[in-house]
Amino acid sequence: MKIGVVTFPGTLDDRDAARAIRLAGGEPVSLWHADTKLQKVDAVVLPGGFSYGDYLRCGAIAAQAPVMQEIVKKANQGLPVLGICNGFQVLVESHLLPGGLIRNEHQHFICRDQKLRVENVDTAWTNQFTLNQEITIPLKNGEGGYIATDEELARLEGEGLVTFRYLDVNPNGSMNDIAGLRNARGNVVGLMPHPEHAVEPGFGPDTDLAMRSGVDGLQFFKSVLNALVSA
Amino acid sequence: MALFKKKIASGVDTTANAAETPDKAQPWKELGLKLEEYERIVEILGRRPTSAELAMYSVMWSEHCSYKSSKIYLRQFGEKVTDEMKKHLMVGMGENAGVVDIGEGWAVTFKVESHNHPSYIEPFQGAATGIGGIVRDILTMGARPIAVMDQLRFGAPNHPDTTRVVNGVVSGISFYGNCLGLPNIGGETVFDRVYQGNPLVNALSIGALRHEDLKLAIASNPGDLVILFGARTGADGIGGVSVLASETFDSDGPSRRPAVQVGDPFAEKVLIECCLELYKANVVAGIQDLGGAGLSCATSELASNGNAGMRVQLQNVLKRDESLTPEEILMSESQERMMAIVPKKDRKKFEAIVNKWEVEFSILGEVIAEPRLYINWGHEEIVNVPPRTVAHDGPVYERPVAFPSYQDALNADSVHARGLYRANESGSDLGAQVWQIVTSPNQASKSWITDQYDHYVGGNTALAMPDDSGMIRVSETSGLGVSIATDANGRFCQLDPYQGARLALAEAYRNVAVGGAKPMAVTNCLNFGSPENPEVMWQFKQATAGLADGCLELGIPVTGGNVSFYNQTGDIAIHPTPVVGVLGVIDDVARRIPSGWQDAGNNIYLLGVTRDELDGSVWADVIHDHLGGRPPVVDLAHEAALADLLHGASLQGLIESAHDLSEAGLAQALVESCFRFNMGARVWLDEICERDNVDRTCALFSESTGRVLVSIGREDDVKFMGLCEARGIPVLRIGVTDDSGEIEIQDVSTFDLSEMRTAFKATLPALFG
Repeated sequence: MKIGVVTFPGTLDDRDAARAIRLAGGEPVSLWHADTKLQKVDAVVLPGGFSYGDYLRCGAIAAQAPVMQEIVKKANQGLPVLGICNGFQVLVESHLLPGGLIRNEHQHFICRDQKLRVENVDTAWTNQFTLNQEITIPLKNGEGGYIATDEELARLEGEGLVTFRYLDVNPNGSMNDIAGLRNARGNVVGLMPHPEHAVEPGFGPDTDLAMRSGVDGLQFFKSVLNALVSA
Repeated sequence: MALFKKKIASGVDTTANAAETPDKAQPWKELGLKLEEYERIVEILGRRPTSAELAMYSVMWSEHCSYKSSKIYLRQFGEKVTDEMKKHLMVGMGENAGVVDIGEGWAVTFKVESHNHPSYIEPFQGAATGIGGIVRDILTMGARPIAVMDQLRFGAPNHPDTTRVVNGVVSGISFYGNCLGLPNIGGETVFDRVYQGNPLVNALSIGALRHEDLKLAIASNPGDLVILFGARTGADGIGGVSVLASETFDSDGPSRRPAVQVGDPFAEKVLIECCLELYKANVVAGIQDLGGAGLSCATSELASNGNAGMRVQLQNVLKRDESLTPEEILMSESQERMMAIVPKKDRKKFEAIVNKWEVEFSILGEVIAEPRLYINWGHEEIVNVPPRTVAHDGPVYERPVAFPSYQDALNADSVHARGLYRANESGSDLGAQVWQIVTSPNQASKSWITDQYDHYVGGNTALAMPDDSGMIRVSETSGLGVSIATDANGRFCQLDPYQGARLALAEAYRNVAVGGAKPMAVTNCLNFGSPENPEVMWQFKQATAGLADGCLELGIPVTGGNVSFYNQTGDIAIHPTPVVGVLGVIDDVARRIPSGWQDAGNNIYLLGVTRDELDGSVWADVIHDHLGGRPPVVDLAHEAALADLLHGASLQGLIESAHDLSEAGLAQALVESCFRFNMGARVWLDEICERDNVDRTCALFSESTGRVLVSIGREDDVKFMGLCEARGIPVLRIGVTDDSGEIEIQDVSTFDLSEMRTAFKATLPALFG
């Protein structure tokens, strides 16, 4: 299975995302922001970073990139798309997911091992989790505060589209502790924390068993491979 | 009237003009040159310099660029070496950064640099561009930058100005480093009132490259193109040259210029990827970053290194501000710029790559065989100099050196001579001192700072703060990796700069060893007061000798470094602060050792001997606000044996955790070992006191060197003791780990871990958050 990883100028976690796909058993394919074709990939990851320097607004310029026109079109036809951190911001700016992401309420960039609850497992990217499973993956952002209008929030909660919620600590002031969302169809998922940094023993978050042994993020990438095989 | 002014502004000082007007008064003094330096320039050129040449010489002959006061002492880093030490050294001192062969065809390059003065004036941009500058040095060697670290020293924590500097510096490093996608894997933060008006912001970067990808800053083939690419040139960092500008501009003209550079990490990130693609395509014959002294430095150094020359058209430089004068363009320290030497046949390939990354470039000229640097402004020649005289043959001074008048009295004023109060031996006030010390700003958790840095990006971070060293995997196939630790203790250096430098070296060396890596090479950033003060110069002389002798004794070479002078508030110099960075190599990062207990029921051992060494210690500082006496003794042969033991034991998988003892001694190491994975411990001090003939205050707070706290699984006890015995390393079992949620120091106190950790973590946010 070929999974595209998009690199915008300023993208940082593209190599990490490619590694995660490889470790899950997929084949990563590099996509460049100026590409107009998706090289027949079966799914796409929009990795973290500071696309176009986060100028204007995080993800706003990336949402206008040529490659995004094609991704939005295909996503609306069912192509699995995962947006991580800056990728989540791009999804929101592309209107594939609702709401917005603003400066952390404490005004600082924060990097921490973050506990989440997986609240929806009917998506292309979470089907390998069990409902309400608690996972720990790294979080690192300066503008991760999720906001939406009251009506939008009520709709997200009512339709069960909140996919990840922060546990123990809300690290950035996100409304309703929202860490990640899905679209109605379940093919598009976006979240602020970084699953691609918890895929390889020795380089992930600490666990009770051993230092840096957390690999909860791997299930995201196994999920999409599973979804593609079953499709 | 405005038209008339403009006409004057466009009139440049040409070489012909200079020859015709030998007696024209020039602002050499305002540019920081001495009369004899100016006279030497006139002698070299056979005429007075043009204002552009004067700008170049003045900035390249400055202390910052020429190392004129430190050069005679830095030489010993190249002289006090054996062939064995040079064996793994691919590039040594003098290049942008040293390069070390780490095996399997891989090499790493690393260096630490200061950005102290800009960081006081404008902490955010000063610190941000400090990161940007050191990363470009690493990139220039042909390497992919893989991590950064920062060594920070601020004024007194409760001084009203400190929070401005701390918040600005930390945000600046966070902003720039995070946006570059480089994991920040460690560093130091120290508060001391001596840094009040002069904080130290040192930044370290490390890069990895395949041997064949090594690049040098050299322009040697006539006909090759000289190309400037990256950000446009603006008026950043040209405060000094404004005297020249004011010669051509009316003094009530546009206000001239920020002295601090402004950074754009996005531009640098793109520049990094663009350069790495250029290297891969093999279209670059030489490369140099533009940092201090900007184009003056890049053009003259590239040509001088290649024993060649250049013809440059300065009007081709792409500018952010069209009103810049030629002198300003030559001096500008605008960030995120590089200069490449590109063979003509590769021009198209070069253009395709920079265009792909949407990086702007302009061809400034070409390399010529004649060792002469010609710079034109349109049709007019404004620079005509031998590049070597600008870049490498600057003045060298042997500054006066004097033993400080206060030194003997300072050394005599020891903890013993003062009779400083020690807590009673079995009382709760010893426990209160433990609490007071570990929650003091210098000893408390630095997570308020380090949580603002991304240490995950890249997916290769094997160790990072709060462990003793930062460790990065270089090869994803074999697990080959490198680790780095940096240290400096300004208080010890004030007491004895020679020993102080060796203490910093010993500590960094030990910090690399406790992680399981083998120490290989050294970098340094020497932060001192004014070289024009003979007492400061004595400190510098002592510290460099101590470091060079120490490196020779340990058999690890200095690969490069940086000197920062004039660090003082008014006339008061900072404590001498030679930051020493040690690079280690580990064959497989999976073997690394964490700094805290991982499991309950393990035995805790103290390696090394505890002496009554409290002078200059954290205990003396926090409990008594005292600095005097003599620093701890350094035994480098013992340090080497200790490192060897740790390496051997880690190869056999015997060590569960290892943490070095330094600031605040055993007390701090115990507490940190518990906090790391939230594991309790029960510890007794009696045997230390008995064997080493010290009291409990010493057992807990002495900063004797050569000591490490390790935890060993019970099944490995015998093997581990055997290794210690065979190597003659003193070892004592002093406790066991447990999951009591407490740390019990027998006959002293028992602390609730979560309560203590809350206080440990609360200190910095309460001060600066």
